[in-house]
Amino acid sequence: MRSIRAAAVGAVTMSLALAATACGGGSSSGGGSNDSPKTLTYWASNQGASIAVDKQVLQPELDKFQKQSGIKVKLEVVPWSDLLNRILTATTSGQGPDVLNIGNTWSASLQATGALLPWDAKNFGKIGGKDRFVDSALGSTGATDKDPAAVPLYSMAYALYYNKKIFAEAGIAKPPTTWDELVADGKKIKAKGKSVIGAEGANVSENIHHVFVFAKQHGADFFTADGKPDFTNPKIVDAVKQYVDLMAEDKVIPTGDAEYAQNQSVSDFAKGKQAMLLWQSAAANLKSQGMSEDDYGITPVPVRSGTPGTGAQTNSMVAGINIAVFKNSHNLDGATQFVKFMTSDAEQKILNTAYTSIPPVKGAQSDAAFNSPANAVLKNTLATSAAALPQVSSESQFETAVGTAVKDLFADAAAGRAVTADSVKAKLEKAQQQMPAA
Amino acid sequence: MSSPTSPMAPPRSFVWSRRIFLTLLTGFVLIPVYVMVSSSLKPLADVTGEFRWLPSGLTIRPYIDIWSTVPLAKYFVNSLIVAGAATVCSVVIAVFAAYAVSRYEFRGKRVFTVTVLSTQMFPGILFLLPLFLIYVNIGNATGIALFGSRGGLILTYLTFSLPFSIWMLIGYFDSVPRDLDEAALVDGCGPLGALLRIVVPAAIPGIVAVAVYAFMTAWGEVLFASVMTNDATRTLAVGLQGYSTLNDVYWNQIMAASLVVSVPVVAGFLLLQRYLVAGLTAGAVK
Amino acid sequence: MTTTALQEPVRKTSPGAAREPRRRTGRIRRIGLPYLLLLPALLLELLVHLVPMVIGIVMSFKELTQFYIRDWGTAPWSGLGNYQVSVDFDAPVGEALLHSFFVTVGFTLLSVGLCWLIGTAAAVYMQGTFRGRGLLRALFLVPYALPVYAAVITWVFMFQHDNGLVNHVLHDQLHLTDERSFWLIGDNSFYALLTVSVWKGWPFAFLIVMAGLQNIPGELYEAAALDGAGMWQQLRRITLPSLRPVNQVLVLVLFLWTFNDFNTPYVLFGKAAPEAADLISVHIYQASFVTWNFGTGSAMSVLLLLFLLVVTGGYLLFTSRGRRAADV
Repeated sequence: MRSIRAAAVGAVTMSLALAATACGGGSSSGGGSNDSPKTLTYWASNQGASIAVDKQVLQPELDKFQKQSGIKVKLEVVPWSDLLNRILTATTSGQGPDVLNIGNTWSASLQATGALLPWDAKNFGKIGGKDRFVDSALGSTGATDKDPAAVPLYSMAYALYYNKKIFAEAGIAKPPTTWDELVADGKKIKAKGKSVIGAEGANVSENIHHVFVFAKQHGADFFTADGKPDFTNPKIVDAVKQYVDLMAEDKVIPTGDAEYAQNQSVSDFAKGKQAMLLWQSAAANLKSQGMSEDDYGITPVPVRSGTPGTGAQTNSMVAGINIAVFKNSHNLDGATQFVKFMTSDAEQKILNTAYTSIPPVKGAQSDAAFNSPANAVLKNTLATSAAALPQVSSESQFETAVGTAVKDLFADAAAGRAVTADSVKAKLEKAQQQMPAA
Repeated sequence: MSSPTSPMAPPRSFVWSRRIFLTLLTGFVLIPVYVMVSSSLKPLADVTGEFRWLPSGLTIRPYIDIWSTVPLAKYFVNSLIVAGAATVCSVVIAVFAAYAVSRYEFRGKRVFTVTVLSTQMFPGILFLLPLFLIYVNIGNATGIALFGSRGGLILTYLTFSLPFSIWMLIGYFDSVPRDLDEAALVDGCGPLGALLRIVVPAAIPGIVAVAVYAFMTAWGEVLFASVMTNDATRTLAVGLQGYSTLNDVYWNQIMAASLVVSVPVVAGFLLLQRYLVAGLTAGAVK
Repeated sequence: MTTTALQEPVRKTSPGAAREPRRRTGRIRRIGLPYLLLLPALLLELLVHLVPMVIGIVMSFKELTQFYIRDWGTAPWSGLGNYQVSVDFDAPVGEALLHSFFVTVGFTLLSVGLCWLIGTAAAVYMQGTFRGRGLLRALFLVPYALPVYAAVITWVFMFQHDNGLVNHVLHDQLHLTDERSFWLIGDNSFYALLTVSVWKGWPFAFLIVMAGLQNIPGELYEAAALDGAGMWQQLRRITLPSLRPVNQVLVLVLFLWTFNDFNTPYVLFGKAAPEAADLISVHIYQASFVTWNFGTGSAMSVLLLLFLLVVTGGYLLFTSRGRRAADV
């Protein structure tokens, strides 16, 4: 028996010793350096039709960068399903890429971890200055009282895509500009046996993007001015209910969409099964699914009344991708140089054309390539009627908590259960209580 | 194989209930397999539209496309290396450990078995992040890249299957008569010689069963693989997720790819099933 | 399962002792040898399981949120704070954990029960010889042999609301439901998860029981047959009691695997599982990775581990006592 105890004590001691060394680790490499000036690792997000497509788009550009600077960039395209986890583990261990793409809504949350290089005036100076970038895009790069944690790379906005043929058959002369019009048009469309508008009911992020805009239209914010969650505010409840009611009450979103989480609604639209789609920069996506540009129209997302603008007339979030530098990089100068390259006017034109997004760089945005009618709608939305998601450190938790609440509400609606102000409020209250006390 | 049932013919009630039960069960087992096979031969329109039992047309297109949508071949090789190496190491280590426990009395034996076996109840999520930290720190301290490399994954997976493997082999080794290795020892073999020349050959079914189990464990794991691999070392279990892209879910390709990665495993499994049953008979259930 | 190996009466004599007079010189080597043989296994378990577990326990006492993960040595100690949050069942976090715990327990019991039942029935039925037996046996092992992702994603495909096979059969062909049901969201998701889990799990029970059946001496059946016992009686009086020790291990292994299963719910539902199928492994994953609170996540894992230790210990105590009583 004594030997057993001895062995146990030994094992525990050893564990603790190892644990202690592990504790000390993590960010041992601390501030970053320029130890390896010849290589960079770059995590790109999945922007194209597939990871293979992304590689085809990016690799020639990276080769170009290598020719200019002599720095070899090792590219890894990380699927969205893994990206945030990979960033988190990289943050925890200090072992990550040098440069990486992040969803712009994560900026403030990742900023709080301190893992990303802050873009102060000096760093911005190295890439040509802050004023090269469009204001709306800069609004989604981190908390307002701190230096941005990332630099805008691609900008996107929501728009209403509609199938011209279905509209013509249903006798709808012009696309709806308000939700009431949309619901009224929906009746005509349903009479023709088509579904009206798609949603990704089980996709937490999509849900957040939409309820955020609805909240704006109801004149409410999910967070108070000092960054506290305020989800049970009656206006927020109304806003969330209005969105879910598109399925529950107005029946313009088919109940089947409640389980969509993998962009099935885009494919429903591309196949001509569904008349409308609320999506961000869908052109490339629709094209790859064989829908010709002539078959659909694009128009601003409806508002409650009047025309899109600021405040209650907001009709899109500022969607997009930012590029960030990992503070622990062993090639900080090279990383900055690479960001400069990626945000240069020439590269911006190439990349944003390939991904049918809008360049957040002023010099590139004015290029003729981005003046097509479709791009005009998106550009105009970004410039006049888009708002950035809350730039608070708990944004990521907010997406999960509220996005899941909306997912559950859609599930209720799909199952035929009543969605009432009370049931909405109860879900939001639960979401709010899951938020970190900060 | 001789059947241990009674010599007399089974009663009608038994035969009938057997027929009904086995038919239903076969249906339950086979339907997903049928769906997998038939969907993999359907055009995309068929699998993204309403379900139909029979394809509107057959195409082998998905089987061609799978290789370009996702670097499937690379993932396949990675999985093969990781699962293969994890299996070999796990079996070798388990054989040694089980032999020690089966043949020797020593202090701490109980502690060892209890500790090793109790790791089986650890929730993976508890040690995911710590393990990650340890690997990174070992990497920083020694220059051995465990994190992100196949080596780290091999190490992780082999320990997943180790407890169950050791325990099964203890059972199996116990069933190998000790007279045999006593005789070998008398003949001048060392204990290791006895293990390798006598016990291991006699325990082949048990070892095969353990190997199959270890391989399957490593082949299908998702959680650790999703965090601990990168582009170059990604395994199939994670890589297959690449078929649901921003655009569309390529169900026919998912099914085709699933089938392609399953066939070798299932075939190997079925080839080895005789050993498996024999191995389990002596090892696990004694 | 620690068990059989341990509770087995130590019936072997040590070969070391037997050889004592013969090879006195190798004594030290002999004593060292078993430890040497165990060393690789021990080191690996330490590295991959035990040390990380200790670190995990340390983490559970820290306030390890997004502000500290970058250098978690500096994260403040939170004492029992994470545990208080986890077990405060009146507050949403604790309430959700408790809910998830009950869902998991219910799911595990049902899944293990069904796996065992189907596996045993199949093994018993497959015992006799009949045409196609070999083929059927191979077929039955297919779900177990399929890689998890491939198997589960096929079920996802079948469970889709609009285009899935399940609704096509239940609604369009058999007209059992008025409307297509949702299987991947809402309350039905529990049954979807259960179906997949049983589909994947029962062949393992089948394999083990089949192996167990081969260990039952044929004479027992012959003696019973002579006594005039029919097929069903033989089943009740010989087969099932003889399978007891096998079942003891099988049920425990299935229980632990099912309870800790992460792959199946994760592939089936993704990161945000529906409430009705919110298994604890995914729940904890979400608590740590999605909300970036690794301290609370670790505390929940530790609680889960404690629960499993208690259940396993209790189960072993209970079954081994029952077994001893049955042996007498």
